[in-house]
Amino acid sequence: MKRVLQSRWSKPVLFLLCLVPVFLLGWRAYQGHLGANPIEFVTHSTGDWTIRFLMITLSITPLRMILHQPALLRFRRMLGLFAFFYVFLHFVITYLWFDKFFDIHEIAKDIVKRPFITVGFAAFVLLIPLAITSTDGWQRRLGRRWQTLHRAIYFIALLGVIHYYWLVKSDVRLPLMYGAIFAVLMLYRFWMWSQKPSAVRKPQTAGVAG
Amino acid sequence: MLIRRALDLRYSDITPKQTYLDRRSFLAAGSAALGALALPFSARATTKLDNVAKSPLSTTEKPNTRDDVTHYNNYYEFGTAKEQPADLAKNFKTSPWTLKVGGEVAKPKTLDLDSLYKIAPLEERIYRHRCVEAWSIVVPWIGVSLSELLKQVQPTPKAKYVAFESYYDLKTEPAARYAGIPLPYTEGLRLDEAMHPLTMLTVGMYGETLPPQDGAPIRLTVPWKYGFKSIKSLIKITLVEKQPTTTWQSSVPNEYGFYANVNPQVDHPRWSQASERRLGEFRKRPTLMFNGYGDQVASLYNGMDLRRNY
Repeated sequence: MKRVLQSRWSKPVLFLLCLVPVFLLGWRAYQGHLGANPIEFVTHSTGDWTIRFLMITLSITPLRMILHQPALLRFRRMLGLFAFFYVFLHFVITYLWFDKFFDIHEIAKDIVKRPFITVGFAAFVLLIPLAITSTDGWQRRLGRRWQTLHRAIYFIALLGVIHYYWLVKSDVRLPLMYGAIFAVLMLYRFWMWSQKPSAVRKPQTAGVAG
Repeated sequence: MLIRRALDLRYSDITPKQTYLDRRSFLAAGSAALGALALPFSARATTKLDNVAKSPLSTTEKPNTRDDVTHYNNYYEFGTAKEQPADLAKNFKTSPWTLKVGGEVAKPKTLDLDSLYKIAPLEERIYRHRCVEAWSIVVPWIGVSLSELLKQVQPTPKAKYVAFESYYDLKTEPAARYAGIPLPYTEGLRLDEAMHPLTMLTVGMYGETLPPQDGAPIRLTVPWKYGFKSIKSLIKITLVEKQPTTTWQSSVPNEYGFYANVNPQVDHPRWSQASERRLGEFRKRPTLMFNGYGDQVASLYNGMDLRRNY
């Protein structure tokens, strides 16, 4: 497994895999297979992939420890940025553009009056500085503070789960499932942090954190 | 000796024409490429309805495609995703069927499947249908005014409301376990709302009987209210004295009320009701008070605070 992870093809392959959902959406759109309410379909699909990528990104650190494969870290940034890519599609393209046609007044009303949109919007806004500072340059520039800033991902993922839970009418199974996944990923971290505080918290390289 | 007459054959015994034709063409094509099996197989278990008069209550708006209306359904007994009921309700048996009409009436009635189509002369009514989720469609329904049936059973002076109940059986509707709402699905109307000519007992759409996912064999259609009031697959209509409990109201009372009149000025707690997406259209359109049927129904609510009675 170590060889696969360290191969120079692993990142390009993963990049293409991460694009598959949006390719599939595009294909469906081209075929006219987006159902009777295409905008709703695309909104839900991009939302689903946002939360999936958030959970996948959050699972890198536990997997590194459990599988004893520190090399998994190489992929975390790409996965996190894909979460941003899908939330960008979800919010800017589907909601702001196709749904609201950039009607600032309507959008502002929604954000203020609809709790599930407030929470979703907050998660999006918080993710922006994380996306911007994901580069090596910013990691160097921010030093230890980079780690603190990027801990916001825990709160962002939680907001995502709440956003999902608050928007469904009655079938809460999927939001609860993501909530359970998030809880497990966080519980693992709490356990990890309680085990060896000094060994784990000290960064191995600048900007690498648990 | 009684020779069996042709009339002893029931309407429901007839093999639906489309199924008959589909079987033949399927057998013909089936021997060819296996790929034919991968194509969506849309055998319709519906029958054509003849002698349907055009109703003056129809809107002039263009109806949605039958494809849209049969593949985008909220019918949680058959799955909570919009495209699920078309698939999971495929084998829903509507024959035999029993619709019991009773309660505060002088002449309770039980209707079987055939009788559902004989309550009164069938009409085609093109109605707007507005879901509480802020999407809408225009559907050419076929049926009669509910008042036609209610007149026949003769409500007593005690009858103030009409309660409706839908079919429910976990054995035939296993997905209902995850519906997230109390079942069987129930709904209700005030007696004057039920007696209004617009309120429809619907037995068909697009020139045919109803497909399962749209509430076969008989459903309610109340076009000036949110779609969840238009209860599907009716098995019971009961005239009652007190306002009945309804499924969505008992499930989330602060979001879904008894009256549920389409009202752009009263938002759902979690989303605006000021606009809606007509399926097939790109831009949203403004929602109309009473879904555009205000002229005919507004008087039913004179003096009522529609913000409190949502």
